[in-house]
Amino acid sequence: MTLTDTQRTTPVIEVDRLGVTYGQVRALQDVSLSLAPGRICALIGVNGSGKSTLFKALMGLVAPDTGGVSLFGLPIADARRRQLVAYMPQTEDVDWTFPVSVADVVTMGIYGRLGPTRRLREADRTAVDVALDRVGLAELRRRQIGQLSGGQRKRVFIARSIAQDARLLLLDEPFAGVDRTSERTMVSLLKTLRDEGRSVLVSTHDLAGAPALSDEAILLHGSVLAHGRPAEVLTPDNLARAFGQAATTPEDEA
Amino acid sequence: MDVLAFLLEPLQYGFLTRALAVTLAAAVVAAVLSCWLILMGFSLMGDAVSHAVLPGVALAYIVGIPFSIGAFVFGAGAVALIGIVRSTTRLKADTVIGVVFTALFASGLAIVSATPSQIDLMHILFGNVLGVSAGEVWQVLVLGAVTLVVLLLKRRDLTLLAFDRTHAHVIGINTRRLSALLLGLLALTVVVGLQAVGIILVVAMLVTPGATAFLLTRSFDRMLVLSVSLTVVASVAGIYASYYLDISTGAAVVLCQALVFTVVYLVARPDGLLWQLGRRRRSGRTGRGSSPARSGGAVEAAPPGDPLPGRARTGDPLTGTARSSDA
Repeated sequence: MTLTDTQRTTPVIEVDRLGVTYGQVRALQDVSLSLAPGRICALIGVNGSGKSTLFKALMGLVAPDTGGVSLFGLPIADARRRQLVAYMPQTEDVDWTFPVSVADVVTMGIYGRLGPTRRLREADRTAVDVALDRVGLAELRRRQIGQLSGGQRKRVFIARSIAQDARLLLLDEPFAGVDRTSERTMVSLLKTLRDEGRSVLVSTHDLAGAPALSDEAILLHGSVLAHGRPAEVLTPDNLARAFGQAATTPEDEA
Repeated sequence: MDVLAFLLEPLQYGFLTRALAVTLAAAVVAAVLSCWLILMGFSLMGDAVSHAVLPGVALAYIVGIPFSIGAFVFGAGAVALIGIVRSTTRLKADTVIGVVFTALFASGLAIVSATPSQIDLMHILFGNVLGVSAGEVWQVLVLGAVTLVVLLLKRRDLTLLAFDRTHAHVIGINTRRLSALLLGLLALTVVVGLQAVGIILVVAMLVTPGATAFLLTRSFDRMLVLSVSLTVVASVAGIYASYYLDISTGAAVVLCQALVFTVVYLVARPDGLLWQLGRRRRSGRTGRGSSPARSGGAVEAAPPGDPLPGRARTGDPLTGTARSSDA
């Protein structure tokens, strides 16, 4: 995909005073942020800080109470229809016993641009092969996904977003259950994708890995505590606010 | 009696060839659908829809319209009702399913008991495949063919929906409409299966073939083929068993499917029970008084199983939204 000038300058993510409530629980409050193209951004926060909710809001899976989200200057539904967004699920949200092969999963990345029965043409097969090659899983293409190592499992889903040619990758805890070597492979893969002009939003509670990976960081705790270069964001002060407040009382959150 | 005569004798009877046609049509459609049902954790939904059609069937007989219309209306209505209650309460899906289908089933029983002379309850509950008319055969064949064609045309989307609903949503697929399609096809399949095995046992046709095939393969396409082939074998065997042993046809077919499942459960490689026991015994032997290196070898000989234990899906079968572990 060639980028138009507007695509090069329009923010990939534009969140404006977003608020999300589940029943009585306020998950996100007054969240505003913007992400430029070609950046890797770490979304850091404790469990319950609203990382998953923010991801869901970005994908249009939860309806905001207040504010809104636009992706690439478009309403979310349009961005989805144009195949601009890819999502990598957390390991425990995937059914690893499901009878699909590595190639099957990667092929699902291109479904959005196929006809109603999703029949593959030659060019589509090539796109799948290229994606498998780029993540180094070409040899394992016929493996059932449950028979892969932790790092390989993650790379299947990165390959799926490459095949999709998505411009924004949402990665939910991509380094959980992955050994250091695989993590390094993934980080360099993500940096190559960034250098192609794609943007990557990575949710993580791993503070150690964040600076090496990301161009910027967002510290989230119901709302945005800090957003900027990782070194500026991950100050002891900010971290105390984000992580020290893990056991806050409900009044504080409301 | 030679084999050919054994096979041909029942087919002289028109009612038995009709029974065979209806059973095979219903079993094949259900076997295809069951591959997605069991992967999505929708088995209970199959049970619910099949029970919920009882008032529809009863009313259809009373009003004098084809039973399949009444059954489909109530089957689809049950799905919609479950969806509505589920999305407007905090109750879990299986709870809502339990409340809705028993209520509908009971209203069916009430209708039948209020008009005892018109309907044979036993036939609806347990099937009456030996008594189907030529017209009913056509209903089943046409509905079965329509369901099968739609399922096969949409099979890649359905597999995606079952595997990763969030991805389906993100690439612009209307997952709600696709789930509704799947549940509508479930209702149609139940209608098709009613004649063959009745309301109570139709869930067996919706679950067992897919479950059996799942144990045999790690590829979805092969799972579809295996599910259909095994169910054809079981259905034919069931019809013959019913003829020669003089037992209920629906029961015989379901028993044959259960038998196939049991055999697969025991002997399928590499995960069948007998192989698991065999490996346990072997690794037990090598483990005793042998070097750690050798028991290490035994571990390597274990099936290429998951480094992470296989887990049941805990996603919500109705909304299927990715679970929020981070509210």
